[in-house]
Amino acid sequence: MISIRDLRIAYDGRVVAHVPELDLSAGTIMGIAGESGSGKSQTALAVMGLSGYAGAHVSGSITLDGQELTTKSRREWQTIRGRRIAMIMQSPRAALNPTVTLGTLFRRSLRLHGVSRADSKARMRTALDEVVLSPDILDRYPHQVSGGQAQRFAIALVSALRADVVIADEPTSALDVTVQAEVIEVLRDLRDRHGTAMLFISHDLAVISELADSVTIMRHGEVVESGPTALVMQTPRQVYTRELLAAVPTIRRGDPQ
Amino acid sequence: MNALLSVRDLRLSYDSTQVVHGVDFEVPQGPYGVGLIGESGSGKTTIARALLLLHPIHRGSVAFEGADVSRLRGSDLKAYRRAVQLVFQDGDGSLDPRMSVGANVGEPLVVHRSVPRAVRRDRVAELLAEVGLPEDMIDRYPHQLSGGQRQRVVIARALALEPKLLILDEPTSALDVTVQERVLKLFERLRIERGLAFVLISHNLAVVDRLCESSVVLYRGSVVERGPTASLLSRPRHPYTRALRAAVPEIGVVRPPLTRIGSGTPPDQADNACPYAARCPLAVDRCRTETPALREVDGREVACHRAEDTIEIEPFTTHHDDRKHG
Repeated sequence: MISIRDLRIAYDGRVVAHVPELDLSAGTIMGIAGESGSGKSQTALAVMGLSGYAGAHVSGSITLDGQELTTKSRREWQTIRGRRIAMIMQSPRAALNPTVTLGTLFRRSLRLHGVSRADSKARMRTALDEVVLSPDILDRYPHQVSGGQAQRFAIALVSALRADVVIADEPTSALDVTVQAEVIEVLRDLRDRHGTAMLFISHDLAVISELADSVTIMRHGEVVESGPTALVMQTPRQVYTRELLAAVPTIRRGDPQ
Repeated sequence: MNALLSVRDLRLSYDSTQVVHGVDFEVPQGPYGVGLIGESGSGKTTIARALLLLHPIHRGSVAFEGADVSRLRGSDLKAYRRAVQLVFQDGDGSLDPRMSVGANVGEPLVVHRSVPRAVRRDRVAELLAEVGLPEDMIDRYPHQLSGGQRQRVVIARALALEPKLLILDEPTSALDVTVQERVLKLFERLRIERGLAFVLISHNLAVVDRLCESSVVLYRGSVVERGPTASLLSRPRHPYTRALRAAVPEIGVVRPPLTRIGSGTPPDQADNACPYAARCPLAVDRCRTETPALREVDGREVACHRAEDTIEIEPFTTHHDDRKHG
């Protein structure tokens, strides 16, 4: 679905992310793991076609079903972004317009992307149901919902727009652990139900191990290692991957008493 | 009285809304760690603020070395403020950006006049060395440092007044994992070298497990389970502790789906109900009409009518799919 070849993202001539090769197929989730400055979010921005707005220069190729994305104009992006490739952010409430209700927001988004009024109502209901939100939430403003509800709402929106590709940038990092577990479930559901392809960006290898089918580890703008999640986690080949895995805090299984 | 800090029936409110409902726990002399575990709205940060006398104590008491802290005045109060120091999540927000690292770390020494001016810079350099920062950091500014370095500066400043108790409010949540690991190692070393006691506030069970011998699990301002950290995490007895434990993602551990372990704001319920009843998969009628008191079960204290029943259930397989559609 998404293919990246020799992608370089540079600011003032300095390359901050270099991805030689990355392939994401429908119905799969690829985790991109790394620490601050690893280039993982820069890669996400490039796939969303937003690097230019951030002042970056992008070279190489990103294709969506064979269609080159890096050369698309702003106008062309309007029919891709949101409709075919959508994004879920870390702070869902900050990403929602605070002055309108969630219902208004939902209807406007669907209309903007060409969904008819009649169709939009049905889609809204189904999408909310999928993320286990009650339709009452549509009457509320973003500040009246919890972080977990806002994130599930964002996922419902993406689902209603029938986006083929979802870029999720640290979507669970700001959430409480039980809420995080729920959001992970909802994202997995989205993949299984609609065959959505997902780039899941996170610094948390434990979350990635739960959710992602494959994983790409980045550091200082370079890809360190990539492969099927279980393989990379069980038999990491690179020193840095091992370091990263060793640093993930774990809970003792046994009771010392 | 050999506890360093003793919290009894602590009740805290914002305006007329009570948010902490009678919390008890003790912190022994260090080296020792007590974890306050809970999610948003559990009251853990408000408790920390009350311990630092930054939030009025509505009812109940906090005693430090046997003395009620709300009655401390003059030099006793100053001594308490020196003995209890805070480190919080955001190293960025807790340092003055206009002051050098040296001035930030040395400020408590100035305020409390604890070290003569002539040796202040040496003392600051010693503190920086203790937290693993090079001496030349002393003249840099916070914005020139990485997140991990800033957090070390905050820790150095907290140590400046030779505290006995550190209150750590999510001290590593904003850090990358490899940096977090190094900061956790630093806390482990400081704990032993300085004989420090910690009250660690965190939703990260693995971090609590590293630094705390005992833990208190809070749900909406009430203690639901309290006891040795290792038993709480390996054999959680309260359904909420189990939900928390089961929600922690772990590498290589495949869990059954756990949709609906409960989130958001549960509906209002009767005052005499168990605070967790609305979310609890094990709730029975009694849970909705009678608030469970803490009682001893299996080497810890649990506030649950059904604490005995939870042992039958493996914590990783209990969250069967009970999602409701529509």
